[in-house]
Formats: sequence, C-alpha cells, structure tokens
Amino acid sequence: MTTRRTALTFDHSAEQGTYEHLLQFEDVSLSFKGLKALDDVSFHVDDGELFAIIGPNGAGKTSTFNCINGVYKPQQGAIRWKGENILGRRPDRVAKLGVSRTFQNIELFAHMTVLENITLGRHVRTKTSWWDGALWIGPAKKEELANRAVVEDIIDLLEIARWRKYHVGMLPYGVQKRVELGRALAMEPELLLLDEPVAGMNLEETEDMARFILDIREELGIAMILVEHDMGLVMDIADRVMVIDFGKRIATGIPSEIQNDPNVIKAYLGEEMDS
Amino acid sequence: MRNRPRLYVSYASEMALLPTWTQKVAALVFLVFLVLIPFGVIPGLGFLADNDWLKILSRVSIFAIGALGLHLLSGLAGQVSLGHAFFVGIGAYTAAILGGEVGKGTWGLGLPIWIWLPAAGIVAALIGALIAPTAVRVRGIYLAIVTLGLVFVGEWLFRSLPFITGGAQAGRKFPTFEFRFWQEEVPFLDFTSDGPWFGIQMTSEAKIYILLLVFVIIAVIIAKNIQRTRVGRAFMSIRDRDIAAEVMGVADTKHKVMAFALSSALAGVTGALMGAFVGRLVPEGFSLFLSIQFVAALLIGGIGTVTGTLLGATFVLVLPRVVQDLTGLLASTAQTGSGWTAAVANFFVSTAEGDPGIVSTLPGTSPGLNIAQFNLLLYGLLLIAFLIFEPLGLYGIWIRIRNYWKSWPFTY
Repeated sequence: MTTRRTALTFDHSAEQGTYEHLLQFEDVSLSFKGLKALDDVSFHVDDGELFAIIGPNGAGKTSTFNCINGVYKPQQGAIRWKGENILGRRPDRVAKLGVSRTFQNIELFAHMTVLENITLGRHVRTKTSWWDGALWIGPAKKEELANRAVVEDIIDLLEIARWRKYHVGMLPYGVQKRVELGRALAMEPELLLLDEPVAGMNLEETEDMARFILDIREELGIAMILVEHDMGLVMDIADRVMVIDFGKRIATGIPSEIQNDPNVIKAYLGEEMDS
Repeated sequence: MRNRPRLYVSYASEMALLPTWTQKVAALVFLVFLVLIPFGVIPGLGFLADNDWLKILSRVSIFAIGALGLHLLSGLAGQVSLGHAFFVGIGAYTAAILGGEVGKGTWGLGLPIWIWLPAAGIVAALIGALIAPTAVRVRGIYLAIVTLGLVFVGEWLFRSLPFITGGAQAGRKFPTFEFRFWQEEVPFLDFTSDGPWFGIQMTSEAKIYILLLVFVIIAVIIAKNIQRTRVGRAFMSIRDRDIAAEVMGVADTKHKVMAFALSSALAGVTGALMGAFVGRLVPEGFSLFLSIQFVAALLIGGIGTVTGTLLGATFVLVLPRVVQDLTGLLASTAQTGSGWTAAVANFFVSTAEGDPGIVSTLPGTSPGLNIAQFNLLLYGLLLIAFLIFEPLGLYGIWIRIRNYWKSWPFTY
C-alpha cells in the first residue's frame, strides 16, 4: 500500500536554524505553597528530537509539561521558545506557537465524536469566524473541507477509521489514547508533549503506540518530549533522556549513559543503608 | 459509482447538513407539511388551521428562535443561564423604541422592520457581550445564580422605565409585521391584514405563521452551521473539558463571551418578534418564568441538539393548550357522562364549588389548581422526570425508537 499524505506536511523548516534551541528550560523553579515541584530544572530540546523525561511518581514530570503549556506559572527561571521567553503566557497562546500535548489521564471531549475531537485540534491552524461558519459560505466551507482532508490523513495514520463517527466516551481506552494523539497532531505542532502515552496498555497496544510515535517522528519530523514509565520504550526510542527526582534534575544523556548512571540507579532502586 | 449510488465521493457531500437522501426527502416532506398547515388540507390535522392553533404554532416559532439561542450557550458551550428572559426583554424594547409609533406616550422612532428586527438582535448581543466577561468568571450553578440576578435587575429596570416600556401592568404597543422601505404610509408587504396572496385567500394569522416559519428555518440553519464549524466545536470543547480546550488553543473567555453574545442575539430577535406578534407586552412578561420555559424546552427536548431544542420548544408551548383541551373534555365528561369514565374525570377536575379535584375549571379560588398553575406544576414534574429518566430528552426517546426500527427484527 502506498501512503498518500498530501494534506499533512508539517513543514516548519523555514525558520529552523534562526534560533539556538527549539525549547529551552532555564533554571525553572515551581512551588505550591511550601512544596517545591520543580527545583532549578534546565534542559533543552532541538528540532526533530525525541527527548524523554523519566523519574519516579511525583518527581515533577507532568508539572514540567504544565509549565510549558502555561497551565502552571513557575516562580523562577525562563522557558524559551525559539529563544523567546514564553513563561506566563496563557495556554491558548502557547498552543498557537505550535506546542501540542496529550494527557496522562485522557482529556478528550467526551460528548464529541472522534472526528470532532481531532478537528478541534485544527483550531489554532484555522480562522473561520462564527458568521462565515453560520452561513457555511466560501471560506468557511473551504476551510472545513481542507480540515477534513488533514483529519482523515491523521485518522489513516493512526488506524482509527472505523471509530470515526463514534462519541469518544464509548471507545476503549487504547483507542481513546490514539484519538488524543490524533487531536494533538491535528494542530500540526512543532513540539509534541506526550504524557505517558502507553500507561495502562498491554504489550500489543504499547507496540502499536511506539510504532505511531516513530511514524510521526520519521514522516512528520516533529520534536517530542516523552514522559513515560515504560523504561523499555523510553530506552528504545528516545534520543536523549532526562531523569528528575523530587523536582531536581539528576542526569541528562543518551539512553545508554542514563542506564549506567549511579545517581539514576539510586533514585529508582533506592540506596543501601550505611550502617 | 453506478452500482453504489449512495457512496460518498466527496467530503462536501458527506459533511452536508442533510447528508443522505432519506434525510433530504424527510426534511422536504416535513417542510411541505409545515407550509400546508394554515390551509387546512392535511387529513386529520385540519384543526391546526384554526386561528387559535396557528397562533400557538407561531408562538412556537418565535420561542424556538430564542431556545436555539440558549442551545448555543447552554447546550453547546455548557454555560447554564437563567437570564435568557432579560435578553428577550432587551430585544423587545429595542424593537419597540426603534419601530414603535411616533408621538405616543412611549418612545418610538417609527423605523421599518428591516431596521428594528436586526437591531433587536445586535443590541441584545452587545449587552450580552458586555455582561459576559464578568458572568463567566464563575461557572456551573454559580453562573446560574449570577444570570438569575440579571432577570430581576431586568424586571426592575423595565418596570421603572415607563417612557420605554409603558410601565408596570400597562405595557406598550409594539411595531407590527408591516414591511416598509422607509416611513411611507402604505407598506409594500403587510402581514397584519387578511387578503389574497398569489391568488390564495389568506388570513393575517396564516401569513404571520409563514413569515415566522421562514425566520425559524433561518435560525435553525445558523445554529446547525455554527455547531458544525470551528466556533461550535470550540464551544463544545469548553463544555466538555475547559483545561484541555485551552491547551489545544481555544481561548476560553473569548469563546464564552462569544457564546453569550450569539445566544443573546437570538433571544433579542425572539423578543422583537414576540412584541410584534402579541402587539402589546407588559414588563412583567420578561420574568423568571420565561427563562424557566427556555431551560425546560432545552432539557425536555434534549440538551445539546438542535432537533431536541425544536422538539422541546414545541412541547413546552403546546402543552398548556393540550392541558386546557383535556381539562375541558374531562369537565364535560364529569358533568354529562356516567359510569367509571365520569368518576375518573370527576377525580381530576373540579367543576363546581366544593367539588374536590386536581384541576379546577372555575374562576377564582376553589379547591384544586387553575390551569396555569397546573401547567407550572407539570413543567416542574416533567423537568425532574426527564432529568432522572431520560437526560437526552425527547430527542433521546426518538433516537431509541429509530435505533429499534433500524435493527428490527433483531434486538441489536
């Protein structure tokens, strides 16, 4: 079967090279009252890179995502998008830059169909006003049809065609995860944040999801940050890995370095008591 | 393609408002049915051509436009509002000021319908957009309370501006359904008098019914189109999960304000049409009860769907008439009938002083409720019943019937 993806281009190459890093975290600290969720965390992600963040529960992985998205506002540091500080921007403004995301606990729009959910991902890439939409004339119709072509390509890529018209609330968990990935992709992002994409999945579903992630990377060249507990998956597909524990960065490096880092082993397995 | 005539070959045909031939034909048949009603040629339903019934059906059309407005706000964007009556009032009085007669006790500029009708929607939308940023800072039940306050502020305002509203219990005259280019003496299109149209003799009621039918069809198409395009999807995403919607790039407050404005616009148009239809309205008309009727229409019909909203609007306005007719029937059975039918009828209605019954046909006080009170009670009971037993409303019932026959004779 030949792939025919005319609508999905994701060509962001024009701007590339004009900035140092796509996304850069500079000494970001986030605290809730007395609790320090992130403590001087720094890292960077480059174009087309698959960057993984791992760490025990409560280490601050999802908080990192929420800081990038603008859901949380860190007290210190800077988050640079192509060199520009975006710390404190509203979530919808950050999305407009080209940052998309999936959630740990599925956050789909339960009373909307798969099609509607994925099409909503096109929101920042479209501009139909309500009056154009209300009359279904010229630009609105053209844009909706173009949207549909993109959405169908994504549906094709993620192999969810048979569920197209279902309300997402009725779908099995694994499929919902895929729909959420589709919604994130529909934005044509430059950076995709994946929050535990294979959590709670069996081996087969995990392998499917890994395949989709690799497909997205190869065909669309989107940079990704992956938060995941499945070490096998992370070590297999990530370019670089950062380990955090209790809000502090422990190590950053390529998977093989990380696996042998004594600090990482200590964080995950605990350390022997000195007697 | 020849062997599969119903295969979709383009996204455009699959995304049409009425994608299948069955739906196209059904819509056309229904439209013809609606147009034929005032001519009394439909077998078995000829009574709908009576002026009484035509007026009820016209009210349904007017009410449905406002209900579609609330559908955009509450059904799609998920913002519960009890303040709909306020915006209906704003629309009504905007129309009254712009279109009302010049030189009477109340303000009136005597402008033609093509100014006062759109203006009613625009002014209501502007006021909605003005209030919304404050209102949508709270959500759920708190928003309901804030908008509830709006109704009372509105009622007070309308009562204390007699030069606009005619004052409490007096009311004022509204512009009528006469189409003029400007302020000339003879309208070029007049819906307020009987007379032939294209050689067909029509009463004023029939003409107004057709006019309002056109308006409601336009409103339905607008609501449907908004629902299936970018803004409608943004509304629904906010309703379902607002944080996720924001992360996906939907500006939360902006769309809530937009939903408020659009819903108020349709409410305003409803107000203007209501004024023109009834001719004289008192400020007390724009009360909480009107808001409750809108909410009831949505909940009984099926929240979140245009079809449900229309079903609900019809139900809410036809119900009082049905109750009235049934009460009359029962009263006559109780008085003239015999046997168990009379006993049952006698149990339900009270026809004489001292005769116990649930509904009373007597004027004034007597045991039992009068018909208006009984209707109020019925709305309440139906709301509770639908919320508990059929949250998808009449539309949900229809879906179940349809699915049953789709797979018949199999169970699924």
